[in-house]
Amino acid sequence: MINLLINDKKVTVEEGTTVLAAAKTLNINIPTLCNHDDLCVAGNCRVCVVEQTGARTLIASCATPAAEGMDIHTNTLKVRNARKHIVELLLSEHRSDCTKCYKNQNCELQSLANEFAFGDHIFLSLIEDHAINIDRSSPSFSKDDSKCIRCQRCVRTCSELQQVSAISVANKGAHQKISSFHDRPMSHVVCTNCGQCVNRCPTGALVEKTYIDQVWDAIYDPDKHVVVQTAPAVRVALGEDLGYDPGERVTGKMVTALKQLGFNSVLDTDFSADLTIMEEGTELLTRLKKALVDGDTKVSLPMFTSCSPGWIKFIEHKFPEFLPNLSTCKSPQQMFGALAKTYYAKKRNIDPSKIVSVSIMPCTAKKFEADRPEMRSSGYKDVDYVLTTRELAVMIKQAGLDFKNLEESNYDSIMGESTGAAVIFGATGGVMEAALRTAYEIVTGREVPFGNLNIIPVRGMEGVKEATIKIEGCVEAWKFLEGAELKVAIAHGLVNANKIMKMTREGRAPYHFVEIMACPGGCIGGGGQPIPTNVEIRKNRMKAIYSEDAHMVLRKSHDNPEVKAIYEEFLESPNSHKSHELLHTHYVERDDY
Amino acid sequence: MENKELTKVDLIFEKIDNTEVLKKAFNMTQAGIIQDMLDSGLKGRGGAGFPTGLKWKYTAAENSPDKYVVCNADEGEPGTFKDREILDRVSNKVHGGMVIAGKAIGAKKGIVYLRGEYRYLLPKLMPELEAFHKLIKEIGFDFEIEYKMGSGAYICGEESALFESIEGRRGEPRNKPPYPTVSGVYGKPTSINNVETLVTAMMIINHGPQKFISYGTKDSRGSKVFSVSGDTPTPGIFELELGMTVLQFVDEFGDGDTKAVQVGGASGFCVPRKKFAETIIGFEGVPTGGSMKLFNSSRSMYNVLHNYLDFFAEESCGQCTPCRVGCQQLLKGVEKVKKGEAKSTYLNELTKLADTMKIAAKCGLGQSVGNAFKSIVGNFREEIIY
Repeated sequence: MINLLINDKKVTVEEGTTVLAAAKTLNINIPTLCNHDDLCVAGNCRVCVVEQTGARTLIASCATPAAEGMDIHTNTLKVRNARKHIVELLLSEHRSDCTKCYKNQNCELQSLANEFAFGDHIFLSLIEDHAINIDRSSPSFSKDDSKCIRCQRCVRTCSELQQVSAISVANKGAHQKISSFHDRPMSHVVCTNCGQCVNRCPTGALVEKTYIDQVWDAIYDPDKHVVVQTAPAVRVALGEDLGYDPGERVTGKMVTALKQLGFNSVLDTDFSADLTIMEEGTELLTRLKKALVDGDTKVSLPMFTSCSPGWIKFIEHKFPEFLPNLSTCKSPQQMFGALAKTYYAKKRNIDPSKIVSVSIMPCTAKKFEADRPEMRSSGYKDVDYVLTTRELAVMIKQAGLDFKNLEESNYDSIMGESTGAAVIFGATGGVMEAALRTAYEIVTGREVPFGNLNIIPVRGMEGVKEATIKIEGCVEAWKFLEGAELKVAIAHGLVNANKIMKMTREGRAPYHFVEIMACPGGCIGGGGQPIPTNVEIRKNRMKAIYSEDAHMVLRKSHDNPEVKAIYEEFLESPNSHKSHELLHTHYVERDDY
Repeated sequence: MENKELTKVDLIFEKIDNTEVLKKAFNMTQAGIIQDMLDSGLKGRGGAGFPTGLKWKYTAAENSPDKYVVCNADEGEPGTFKDREILDRVSNKVHGGMVIAGKAIGAKKGIVYLRGEYRYLLPKLMPELEAFHKLIKEIGFDFEIEYKMGSGAYICGEESALFESIEGRRGEPRNKPPYPTVSGVYGKPTSINNVETLVTAMMIINHGPQKFISYGTKDSRGSKVFSVSGDTPTPGIFELELGMTVLQFVDEFGDGDTKAVQVGGASGFCVPRKKFAETIIGFEGVPTGGSMKLFNSSRSMYNVLHNYLDFFAEESCGQCTPCRVGCQQLLKGVEKVKKGEAKSTYLNELTKLADTMKIAAKCGLGQSVGNAFKSIVGNFREEIIY
């Protein structure tokens, strides 16, 4: 243990604790900027400098481990002057068009400016020297270097959390900037559009592409019928942007809000998540049958899930030789989109050309996914606009709704029914758990042998999880699986996806089925979720997801009555010809840079 | 204050029997070598002046099977060109100093990080290194040296940025602690020493620490090599005893019209004529890695300052705010004042900024930008304004 003094108060901390963390235990707040709980220490911005008695210079509290006998002062005149200078220096290289900025009032630099640098600024604006050059090439986000303050959070996110390194630091000194391979547009590099960088950018340099105005236009167009779907992870995070603590479930209020915003039909991505389980589960069992019974050596196993568009783009860039291992199932968002303009249109007797399909997603990669040329199987663009959780919060605020005092209401029908299995899609391991609940029952006629259907081994925040389920007592049709051990794995965050894929490439992945989500924690930690997102907040959202599941009456995808109905009335059976037309897709190989 | 006459010394380039000195070192104990360094009072010759004996002692105390001796040959300080000459003329002594350091700290590997622009030295250095490897093997040393090339960034002379560069990453300084003696190149305990320091260490082993102590002053023992340039009839490199005043230096090297001497390069201090007599060249006065630039009355000190600030705005790695943005602000600021677009009092604000950079920048580069700025603006204010 290490003993030190901070602002004349004694504190004892474990070895390795930073001065910043030690101060936190005393409830002494030191401002930070480049520091982020998810990322390695950088010590770049220097906003967190403090004075150490006897030291020649100030020290960066985020980067300095507490040492025995240290005497730290966090608010001396020296510290205050340096801090004011540093914040003003950052402002001098930042294009401060705050009133026009999407991040206005949700900007860490703005907050620091508000605390430390109000009034006249000393320094000259350096912006005139950097040509204002906004990269809008990606359908998911834009990158504005004139608002970048070089904290390198995005760079660390891309290399540490995701191991993609689509962006890195280029040039030095006055010309230093965050750039891509050969300064190509973001749409033409290895970027997966996961938006983790967007979620961590402290300013407006990286923001999602917003489609709020287009959605309002559609809502107020009397010729249009606007349907909206909401992803499982949105309901456990939206509240954070509307005054709730992390981990609060706001499903019913969210549905009411969407109705009051004027959407013609408020539906649930959960419905198509259940459908995904039917399609993907059947696909897995079919692959297993081909491999085990028919002796087909060309069957691609392990099979990888395909719900996460960031993960899809990652494998397309980095491991294209394994594209046949990807499930051909579209993501729930895109299944929903394809059905909204076919099945839904037919049932509700609406001209599909008049339907505008909107989705609310915890994700920025979903914006890219909706734009993929493959995603037009209804004959139209299956999903017209994708909004993030954050954008929905903006719309609710724009409409002046008193969110906290809204009544709760239920999703509309059809395509609004869901099960607990669908809800847990939002957390890492959830797709796997949902798939097992259904596949095990198809094969054995019995429920999965876990208390309350809770398959604990596939839950939690560990980067790579593995589980084995022994299949016993099969029904006649699946007798060939008798005694088989189904090996599964789950990875979240592309750094862990990378691990699994390297194992697969080296022949060290003994799995049949692998769930992969691009973002840490799965969709609850998605790039489109409220800012900040960090370890603690992800845990709270995950807890909320499982509590939502536990509160559902129906908890297995195959029990969803609307899913049963759509097979009877429209799709015939999982993996039918019609299903393949609408609910399945293919992938493309992309360059690895 | 203790003051020595300007005396030319011949230690660095002195002809010695390398084999004999290395054999002598081979037969000494680890502790014995370190003690000689401590007794000699040798301080690093790259400019920062950390006691070499202490650096070796700390690295020796680390318990690790892998340790490194790194020779910093990324000589990039404007106006310094002594390491090039040393490597060109007495590379065996550089390599010899590395072996001795290796013995002292318990390292078997040495890396010379050579400034990119000095690549042309390699055809001569490589055969010399090969012969040297053969020699030390015969003596019994288990030590091997390799060369890594820099690519032209000034910041890579900063020790931890240099390690990053060796490891194949972007040259950016690391957070300290941990210091190199604990976690240096490849995360291993590392003693990183300047070219001249290593040669001096070898000469201390040769002559014993007492001879070294007989040169210089209490705070600045021994002699060192100076790179003399600017308005001087005799530019070049000269090994001089430490402890002389700038006046004594100017009497020897000036052109009779010297108005200022920039001691220690762009990151060093500008000494004006009125302070020549009272300023000692050394750690008690103005320290230097060797760069001595003389300016006569035909020079505009605004241009000198502008040149340095332009250099720093370009060569800052860009990682930390005070240095990346601070350098640009100082540069633009003096331009504005010169053009009359900002009041002369704006220089006071810039001086405060230089003070902040000195205490808040992440590494020695950003921390020392203020040296040149403050000493030039402080002593030649009217030249900056008018």
